[in-house]
Amino acid sequence: MEGGFYTLQDFMTYTKGITYLIMIVSLFSITGFWLFLTDRDTDTQSPEHHKTEHH
Amino acid sequence: MSEKTLSVNKTLLTPFNIFAGIVLVIGFFITVLRFTKGLGAVTNLSDNNPWGLWIGFDLLCGVSLAAGGFVTSAAVYIFGMKRYHSAVRPAILTGFLGYALVVFALNYDVGRPWRLPYPFIIQQGTTSLLFEVGACVALYLTVLFIEFTPAVLEWLGLKKARNLVVRLTMLLTIFGVVLSTLHQSSLGALYLIAPSKLHPLWYSTYLPVYFFVSSIIAGLSMVLFESTLSHHYFEDKMDETHLKENTGVTLGFGKAASLVLAGYFTIKIVGLAISNNWHYLTTGYGAWFLLELLGFVALPCFLYAVGVRDKNVKLIRWTALLTVLGIVLNRLNISLIAFNWQLPSSERYFPHWMEIMVSVFIVVVGILVFRFIVTKMPILYEHPDYKGNH
Repeated sequence: MEGGFYTLQDFMTYTKGITYLIMIVSLFSITGFWLFLTDRDTDTQSPEHHKTEHH
Repeated sequence: MSEKTLSVNKTLLTPFNIFAGIVLVIGFFITVLRFTKGLGAVTNLSDNNPWGLWIGFDLLCGVSLAAGGFVTSAAVYIFGMKRYHSAVRPAILTGFLGYALVVFALNYDVGRPWRLPYPFIIQQGTTSLLFEVGACVALYLTVLFIEFTPAVLEWLGLKKARNLVVRLTMLLTIFGVVLSTLHQSSLGALYLIAPSKLHPLWYSTYLPVYFFVSSIIAGLSMVLFESTLSHHYFEDKMDETHLKENTGVTLGFGKAASLVLAGYFTIKIVGLAISNNWHYLTTGYGAWFLLELLGFVALPCFLYAVGVRDKNVKLIRWTALLTVLGIVLNRLNISLIAFNWQLPSSERYFPHWMEIMVSVFIVVVGILVFRFIVTKMPILYEHPDYKGNH
């Protein structure tokens, strides 16, 4: 984007826009990553712990 | 010579002890040279590069890697994760030694070390970041010292004093978290004054946030790395609880590190976007930045996650080493490699061999003190008189 900005307003609009898009992507990808990280967690819990969690 | 003397000599002359002995002797001579002939005799520091390896490695890496103390004690005492309790004392010890060595190294680095307490007495005002860092490091070192004293008092058999200090645990933990949040971020904020000196890929107004978040990663990874070494060298010192809880600590800390790394990766990308620095990624410095970001942030994040999913303790431990190296690389990039990047190579700083040697000397001193404390005091096991009394 060299030479593409003539005002601070232009620059902020562009960079903020990209940042908002990145944040939307991040919200979905971090949620997915959290599921990937924790989906086998229940395997380690003891039967008693499992029971109390369901109660 | 009796058989007993022979066996003592045999155990003392290990490869590490010989190496440590040589480093200590060289370190001693350089120390004498530093304090008799001045900084110019042992360093390549100049007006362009007044902060060198001793700040980049000993201070910035030392402080971030010592963050395990506040991270672990906050998890256990503030968030109530008692299942990680066996990791608290080794983490506090690593933190205390880390900070003590930072202050020790500062005595080499500052021109007039006897003026180190000056910020508290003679100063221009309290708005200086360096004052905040100095004040927080001094206070936090004191907090870590008090947090560490129960182990010493148990070793010395001073029950009353030990019980008194244990009662302060929650207060000290809160102090520790507050002080660490302040100075870990302020260390990054120190570089905000140099936007024209630090390469745009590393310079960001988010530097304080990056330093704080990455210190949590460093702390978690350092606890894992230290526990790996302790398991290798001091397993005989560990009690049943410590050994039993270790897998849980490794998996729990691995999971936390993975998640924080994912967050750190995201805010690094946001930093790139907000400054619109994408075009630098195609340069040589860009390749170096991508190596740091992908090889030492994204990769460990993924490896930690795989390790946690597969309950692969070995993978998590290796990843902890990779992450620790990544933190060291990040701090060296900011303070040395990407700093003064526009200067001609003749004006750039490269540490003198004696600077490197002093850093090695300080690390070796740390390892020797750690070994002494771990073999003498109840760090990796609970003292029999205080079982479950914490």
